[in-house]
Amino acid sequence: MWIRMLTAMLAGTLLLIALLSANAEYRLFMPGLLEGAVLTVEITLLGAVLAVFMALIAALAKLYGPLPIRWLSTTYIEIFRGTSALVQLFWLYFVLPQFGVFLDAFVVAVLALGLNIGAYGAEVVRGAIVSVARGQWEASIALNMSKAQMLRRIILPQAFTAMIPPWGNLFIELVKSTSLVSLITLADLTFKAQQMNQSTLKTVPVFTLVLLMYLAISLTVTIGMRLLEQRASRGLTRGRVA
Amino acid sequence: MNDMPMVRFENVSKRYGALTVLDNLNLDIGRGEKVSIIGPSGSGKTTVLRMLMTLEAINDGVLWVDGEPMTHMMQNGKLVPATTKHIRRIRAKIGMVFQSFNLFPHMTAMGNCIEAPITVLGLKRSEAEERAAELLDMVGLSAKKDHYPSQLSGGQQQRVAIARALAMRPKIMLFDEVTSALDPELVGEVLQVIRKIGREHDLTMLMVTHQMGFAKEFSDRVCFFYQGKICEQGSPAEIFGNPKNERTRQFLNAVLEAG
Repeated sequence: MWIRMLTAMLAGTLLLIALLSANAEYRLFMPGLLEGAVLTVEITLLGAVLAVFMALIAALAKLYGPLPIRWLSTTYIEIFRGTSALVQLFWLYFVLPQFGVFLDAFVVAVLALGLNIGAYGAEVVRGAIVSVARGQWEASIALNMSKAQMLRRIILPQAFTAMIPPWGNLFIELVKSTSLVSLITLADLTFKAQQMNQSTLKTVPVFTLVLLMYLAISLTVTIGMRLLEQRASRGLTRGRVA
Repeated sequence: MNDMPMVRFENVSKRYGALTVLDNLNLDIGRGEKVSIIGPSGSGKTTVLRMLMTLEAINDGVLWVDGEPMTHMMQNGKLVPATTKHIRRIRAKIGMVFQSFNLFPHMTAMGNCIEAPITVLGLKRSEAEERAAELLDMVGLSAKKDHYPSQLSGGQQQRVAIARALAMRPKIMLFDEVTSALDPELVGEVLQVIRKIGREHDLTMLMVTHQMGFAKEFSDRVCFFYQGKICEQGSPAEIFGNPKNERTRQFLNAVLEAG
């Protein structure tokens, strides 16, 4: 039911964009904005992949690594959660070149946002692992599994279900923070909007379309996560397992 | 080596901070012997099983399994604390069934029974499935092999858990209050399965139980635990028919009255 509601909302948003672009004043901006939207989606997708990867590694390192690795992981998490994503972007884009490291703006965008969201995600992953019932660990020990086998086959698959909803939140956060990349010269949705607004001063059409496009992207993410959640919890009904 | 008992607790103690749960326990379990552990809650009886399954570390003493130390290993003629590798080699001989079943909720009954044989023992999938099918048949659940734990009753879940443990071909089986979480009408089916494996498999069995009738009929020996020590032990006839210790008598009276 939830998914049907979200799908209706997404359809409504897309319909509204289509209706508005029937008007010549709006249609004018569509090609440029769509171009920006593609970049926004690309950065979101790659950033999300990096974030999930970093979160898994950082969480496992923090939980089960030897002391130096735990330190390293905690340092990563606290630095990237504790400082502003914008400053992280600037640092990678404007400061690193001072030390002779030149990175492409697109690479910096994916790196900074992926590492940033990954730091939040690490805590999500850690929490989900810790929340798996103790009896599951004990049963795995009784079956003589190694620690790696337990994690891979028993604990992580169950933790996975628990971490889908909070990851949904983080991915939407990621979609929105991609607007920061307009400040390091990348022509994303926000960048395009500002550019068009400055050259035409048509504030209402430009920012209305941009708003609706961000909403459409976020709704797509939410629906995807809901579907994933449904799939993952199939056969799993918590509570019956005393 | 065959003169050694299957399990030996040698001066084993377990403490949580200032609280002593088990105090200098010495207990031998013979090969193929069926031993029931009874006693009031907090007497340390579950801890005995959990230490043997390596779910709890011991503070003092040595645990021997099948003639070898498990918590320790021999090095230059001396016992030193065991490595994980050593513990896993010995632990392969032990299986355990829990009060709360602890089935893997994301796997079917069949999936639960083939998981460890494949990942731990390295069996081929077909071999593991054959073995599991036999065991699920033995516990009377062939028809439920594709069900998830959430689709099974407590008694059925516990029978799957027994099949899962047996699929690893242990020499020793531990049963930790395996009927305590079940509705009364489901207790019988689980006890029936335990009786059957007692008859058909050459297993050493150690069980913590509140089912006095079952302990009496099934076990070769009954140990009564009280405050972290074995207060009295003997044949079921001795313990239930003619308990010598005052504590044992009080406990049995209280349990039988309630039951």
